[in-house]
Amino acid sequence: MALRVLMFGWEFPPRSSGGLGVACFGLTRALAHEGVQVRFILPKRMEPEVTYMDFTFADIPDIVATGVNSMLYPYVTEERYLSQYQMLGQGIYGSTLFEEVLAYAARAAAIAKLSSFDVIHAHDWLSFLAGIEAKRISGKPLIVHVHATEFDRTGGTGVNACVYDIERRGMQEADKIIAVSQWTKNIIIEHYGIPADKVEVVHNGVEEQDFRRLPSELDVWKAQGKKIVLFHGRVTLQKGPDYFLRTARRVLEFYPQAVFIVSGIGDMLPQMVREAVHLGISDKVFFVGALWDEERDRMYQAADVVMMPSVSEPFGIVPLEALANGAPVLISKQSGVSEVLSHALKSDFWDTDEMANKIISILKNKSLQSTLRSNGNREASAVTWSKAATKVVGLYQGLVAIH
Amino acid sequence: MASVCFYFQVHQPWRVKRFRVFDIGKGGRYFDERSATNLNNERIFRKVAEKCYLPTNALMLKMLRAEPRFRVSYSLSGVFMEQMETFGDDVLESFRRLAKTGQVEFLAETYYHSLSFLYSPEEFDEQVRMHSEKLHTLFGVTPRVFRNTELIYNNDLAHAAQRLGFKGVIAEGADHVLGWQSPNFIYTPRGTTLALLLKNYKLSDDIAFRFGSRAWEEYPLTARKFAHWVNAVNGNGHTVNLFMDYETFGEHQWEDTGIFKFLEALPHEILKYPDNDFVTVSEAVERYEPVGELDVTNFVSWADTERDLSAWLSNEIQHDAISRLYELEPAVRASSDRRVLEDWRRLTTSDHFYYMCTKWWNDGDVHKYFNPYESPYDAFISYMNVLEDMKLRLGASEKVL
Repeated sequence: MALRVLMFGWEFPPRSSGGLGVACFGLTRALAHEGVQVRFILPKRMEPEVTYMDFTFADIPDIVATGVNSMLYPYVTEERYLSQYQMLGQGIYGSTLFEEVLAYAARAAAIAKLSSFDVIHAHDWLSFLAGIEAKRISGKPLIVHVHATEFDRTGGTGVNACVYDIERRGMQEADKIIAVSQWTKNIIIEHYGIPADKVEVVHNGVEEQDFRRLPSELDVWKAQGKKIVLFHGRVTLQKGPDYFLRTARRVLEFYPQAVFIVSGIGDMLPQMVREAVHLGISDKVFFVGALWDEERDRMYQAADVVMMPSVSEPFGIVPLEALANGAPVLISKQSGVSEVLSHALKSDFWDTDEMANKIISILKNKSLQSTLRSNGNREASAVTWSKAATKVVGLYQGLVAIH
Repeated sequence: MASVCFYFQVHQPWRVKRFRVFDIGKGGRYFDERSATNLNNERIFRKVAEKCYLPTNALMLKMLRAEPRFRVSYSLSGVFMEQMETFGDDVLESFRRLAKTGQVEFLAETYYHSLSFLYSPEEFDEQVRMHSEKLHTLFGVTPRVFRNTELIYNNDLAHAAQRLGFKGVIAEGADHVLGWQSPNFIYTPRGTTLALLLKNYKLSDDIAFRFGSRAWEEYPLTARKFAHWVNAVNGNGHTVNLFMDYETFGEHQWEDTGIFKFLEALPHEILKYPDNDFVTVSEAVERYEPVGELDVTNFVSWADTERDLSAWLSNEIQHDAISRLYELEPAVRASSDRRVLEDWRRLTTSDHFYYMCTKWWNDGDVHKYFNPYESPYDAFISYMNVLEDMKLRLGASEKVL
């Protein structure tokens, strides 16, 4: 009999806002390959383009009494959420993000009552309460999967107490916690007071089959001998876009042929545009908006180096995607992906001089670029979702055996 | 008769400090890291001196005095001797005491422990000559047997050794070189009249690599057991060549593994068998006739399981760095700046390229253990920035001319 998993998430490709949806897609697909039956609950109607598992949308009337017309969005701050919400001018479940979370949890309880499953698996804080409710109704074991904590999102200052409480409660009520890296596991132990043996590290992955050679991009620049440094990610504090710009300025002092591309949107975008002007490098920095799928991959393939200067990165799939597309990477040491990549340049995120030193070296020395590219590509191709899924299935089996 | 021939390699490179793009053209030195990192050459030298050189030399002296038949051979790289003069009078003194026993031989090598044989015959000859001079200055001896950096060897190397006047040369007894033949005999390198000694890698690695390993089925290795293995050669071999890094004693195999006690007990256990004795490399060459010719066309070395050049020259960054280095040679020679020449030569040391090796890097093996940089890429970046700086210095001195 196949293992049946009731899984709570809140975003899924193609309508993703970040790495979480990508991770849920990668993991569930690999779990399906392992013969696990996943029923994936999303807060509202989306249109995932996959057929390997069932989706349930909490806002579809025939499943539960009333839908959750949720604004659930994992990365927005309370403040930003409110303004979005007011713009829409409607709402069934109250006016704050936390009320929405509670509403989602209530729907989750109803869904759990009508479903049969062996394990509950909830991704990140917005679905933790839903997971807890499902556990309360069904008595089945709960796994909470921590892709990011409030400490990563805020850089450690201005931690939202309500978010923190929900995260901690989820971790406490869970039978097992999955952390996406040792980096994240340490945060869970130190900041949430969870015993180490309750937390398992399961690194994210990529599947190389998802990437292919695409028509080239930015050929005009390349013909002019320009070198391309790419930042791909949300333009928000956690990802360190400001360190990217400061590094850019330092690089340009020694290597004027470099151009810098920021692919992504986020709350710091206007500030970053101003910062580029302020640093006097606005003619060398290009903000191209959020790129997805083939557009994103073409940009990776055009890049001479991809930089991820994250301040605190629980995992960081971007460097794996970049390497799968043949771009060498510079990553911050404050990242989970650093644990699985040795063929990457690494630096502390705040050390913009060191990052500039490394970027310049990679732009100047073809041999460095191609050694990092070929070794990194080989290494990244071994960091797969199927490995992650095998570990997760082991955890499921362990929990089911105890119950 | 089975003669045990010990040869220990003693070497410390001048590690390049973290040298960033911002340092180029600022007049900074390359090898003077002062921080508490593994790039601080003095710090490493003193650490190894306390753990290995001083205690092992003291023990060797005691053993040589206690047993007149005991012999050892050393190869001290020129850059090691420089560092000894700079950071370790005590170490220099202890080697001088060993030299005075008359039971110790010093071998020839390239002063800078370099790969110059592969890139510049002229530089190679000069570094060998410099090394012999240094040995003479410090110890009053003239070496007669040559060993190339990391036992890198082929027929051409043997020819070069003969041309430089040596009567013997040593190499790795790799299976792919020997085939069915035994490393426990002297051979003649093809087309020369030299004597070639080959490392018995099985018995050497039992001490150098496996001694302290609890997972090894022969653990714990006693002197008696080892002497028994050595004696098994009796009747089908002349010499058992135990070649290894000197740092085996106290640094790679820590004192608490019992390595010093093992070493101390070994001469007595070996000599218990009446047919056995100890020889220096030259004594082996003089005493035993070659049993045949050995034809080695491809390079062998004692590094890694591959026993080839791949530890220094397998990826693009290694090839790039070393070819850029030797591209500078004509300009460096033409320059009147002796300091530039010395810096350039220190950059020829093989370790710099070893640090850039990405083979097995993610397996956390010996390359990682011996790498003072955070990664092979960091090693490359500092090295290439130093070469850029050197180019500027060469440009400057040309202007002066």
